[in-house]
Amino acid sequence: MSKVILTVDDSRTMRDMLNLALVEAGYRVTQAVDGLHGLEMLRGEETPHVIVTDLNMPKLDGFGFIEAVRRDARFRAIPILVLTTESDGEKKNRARQAGATGWIVKPFDSVKLVDAIRRVAA
Amino acid sequence: MDTMATIKQTFFQECEEQLAELESGLLAMNEGFADPETVNAVFRAVHSIKGGAGAFRLDDLVRFAHIFETVLDQIRIGHLAPAPEIMKISLRAADVLADLVAAARDGERLDEAKWLPVLEECRALSDIPESERGDAAGGIAAAPDFQPVRANFDDIDAPAAPDRAQRIFTIHFKPKRELYGNANESVLLLRELARLGRMTVACDATALPLLGELDADGAYFAWTIELATTRDEAEIREVFEFVEGDCELSIDCVAAPPQQDVAALIRRVQAEMGAPSASAASPSHQAPANAGAPLRLVASAEASQDRPAAKADAAKDEIAPSSATIRVAFDRVDRLINLVGELVINQAMLSQRIVEAGFASGSAVIVGLDELQQLTREIQESVMAIRAQPVKSLFQRMSRIVREVADATGKSARLKTEGEAAEIDKTVVERLADPLTHLIRNAIGHGLETPQQRAARGKPPEGTVRLSATHRSGRVIIEVSDDGGGIDRARVREVAIRRGLIAEEAQLTDSEIDNLIFLPGFSTVATLSNISGRGVGMDVVKRSILALGGRIAIVSEPGKGSTFTMSLPLTLAVLDGMVVSTSGQTLVVPLTAIVETLRPRSGDVHALGMDAQVLAIRGSFVPLIDVGQALGFRSAPADPLTSVVILIETEGRARNALLVDAIQDQRQVVIKSLEANYRHVPDIAAATILGDGRVALILDVDALVARSRGIVAQADLQFAEAG
Repeated sequence: MSKVILTVDDSRTMRDMLNLALVEAGYRVTQAVDGLHGLEMLRGEETPHVIVTDLNMPKLDGFGFIEAVRRDARFRAIPILVLTTESDGEKKNRARQAGATGWIVKPFDSVKLVDAIRRVAA
Repeated sequence: MDTMATIKQTFFQECEEQLAELESGLLAMNEGFADPETVNAVFRAVHSIKGGAGAFRLDDLVRFAHIFETVLDQIRIGHLAPAPEIMKISLRAADVLADLVAAARDGERLDEAKWLPVLEECRALSDIPESERGDAAGGIAAAPDFQPVRANFDDIDAPAAPDRAQRIFTIHFKPKRELYGNANESVLLLRELARLGRMTVACDATALPLLGELDADGAYFAWTIELATTRDEAEIREVFEFVEGDCELSIDCVAAPPQQDVAALIRRVQAEMGAPSASAASPSHQAPANAGAPLRLVASAEASQDRPAAKADAAKDEIAPSSATIRVAFDRVDRLINLVGELVINQAMLSQRIVEAGFASGSAVIVGLDELQQLTREIQESVMAIRAQPVKSLFQRMSRIVREVADATGKSARLKTEGEAAEIDKTVVERLADPLTHLIRNAIGHGLETPQQRAARGKPPEGTVRLSATHRSGRVIIEVSDDGGGIDRARVREVAIRRGLIAEEAQLTDSEIDNLIFLPGFSTVATLSNISGRGVGMDVVKRSILALGGRIAIVSEPGKGSTFTMSLPLTLAVLDGMVVSTSGQTLVVPLTAIVETLRPRSGDVHALGMDAQVLAIRGSFVPLIDVGQALGFRSAPADPLTSVVILIETEGRARNALLVDAIQDQRQVVIKSLEANYRHVPDIAAATILGDGRVALILDVDALVARSRGIVAQADLQFAEAG
């Protein structure tokens, strides 16, 4: 049974790229288009092993999404990786304060991505 | 197409959406609606484009988007006010961004002269510090020929790099509760660490309280790790990258005992020779510092090769993205529309049969039929709605045209749009882009006055071009109006006479003069500027609109401006037609071509030569075409006095009269391609199926007139077309 990764990103391009890299690495991928949708997916679909989320999103951004996940006792133990465009210290810190487990710097290559997931996936 | 190419295609599609979002957001901000949601959406649009562009190494695009994004971010966090001059630069930057996207899509590089100046403007706005310039652009800007090359440093991470000696590190690691709060796991960090070399781990659990006092979220363990590795400290620290600050961490390098190097060397030689196991040569380890700790864990790099499951069955399980929209191929939708068309025809046929069968109007059959009819209509409308698209995207494209033309002509203009939510068939939207662009160019190029002239006339220096869409009785009305000088009728008349379009002494009403601009070969500009002219006249605009089954009209008021009104069908799948009969045949005449219908009186019809006839109508003569004869249904001409005349208007505003036996009905018909089912037939545009199941041909009015003109051309020339 392969691990399930929930990817949350408003950009179709990014979702597709994440999907490509993760499926290639043997993961199963579910997708959400914004934070709100991500929360819906968490409640409705099977619980993912790792969540990869963008920060800038409509409706509910990455910070809000992470906080909401961490507030829910059922999901608080799920590792969350955030996608940031720059190696922006301020953004990373904010994400970590919100409850992010780690981060992936965009543009990512599949090696970096899979590496980061392996590092946080139990 | 491989997956990457597909994703790239998706990226460019998404860019289009983001650019539209960006433009509408910036325009809203320009109008003073700089609410956080709009500003965020605008920022996000550029941010998304940059993200995707980075993935595809579209460096120019990334570089520009980065600076632009910084400006927008400054506005977002309130460091920069969305003042008019800043919005102006932002709008220009949005145009440049669109150009860069377009160039990237075509696999080209945009000429730097076209985007570097705007980049500099943006940079000046955002006041990006020196340090970041180097990061994003400076280095490349200094050396335009420099092409970044991607170097592969993966080998450096390969284990046992021969030139590096193995060293032993002592690592103290004590997590805080925040570490676990963010779903990090000590055991995973240890597992990562084990990938770097051979290690011995001792866990200090002395802080662990009794079960009753245990806080499930608390952090009680600490670890001491002895790691023998060829990697350096930075690489070890990288393992703890995500938990920096959430733990106490110390890494000390213990001098490597010489035998460790020998052991490593032996292991490597064995590995290279294909020896079965390195463990045979495993040297004895130094005892960990706190050997008395209760828990002990030995791990090695070989132990942690937990790759996820094979990709083949994973791909099978791949879950499609769920979203509020789906993408469907056009031909599927068209097939559905076609089928629904058949359903409508079938339903009409059934109705007719039931009426013929003589059921009472209150009978259950008739009531059921009425319901079926209503349902069928609803299905038809819903299916048509699938192809429908709001005109918003089209209107947004126009605001760029306005900016460009205004800049190029030195005029000041703003675009006001209304009714962007109105929907029309996608094909109509697409084919409307060119005529609309031309009308907007004209409105600014010819319509609007220069700011000085406007000021002299007591108008605000900035001209307004209004673009609106409304639904009216099953059609979409699109209006382009300007508050410029209106049509210069004296000049239009003069030009028309000079070009031989009207007779010198022709008496024309204002509206007739205005309409002259739609005639082929009319152009008021002596030289074709690349702004309004482009070598295309208003006749082409009119022809495009007619080809869409639409009509265009102009109203102009001197000194106040002009309004072009286009009436367009919601869809190209159905047509408003007049059902007529001639020589026992049923035909459909498109309603858009019809001006009026009348019964000729004796004396109205004049013979012209052997077999040509003209009809006198309100002081002018129009060629009369006997449809039955022209199509070969009969050889003898019909008696005009017992027939009906349909006055039609064709390309170039030429008027003709069609003679038919009788008018049966006026109704919407479902268009069936004749070419697809049979073959092309001259003078016939398409076919439809009537309620009684008979096929009726839809007349190609333009073709019929063009062919008949060969016969009556002389007649036409002698009488000025006063319309």
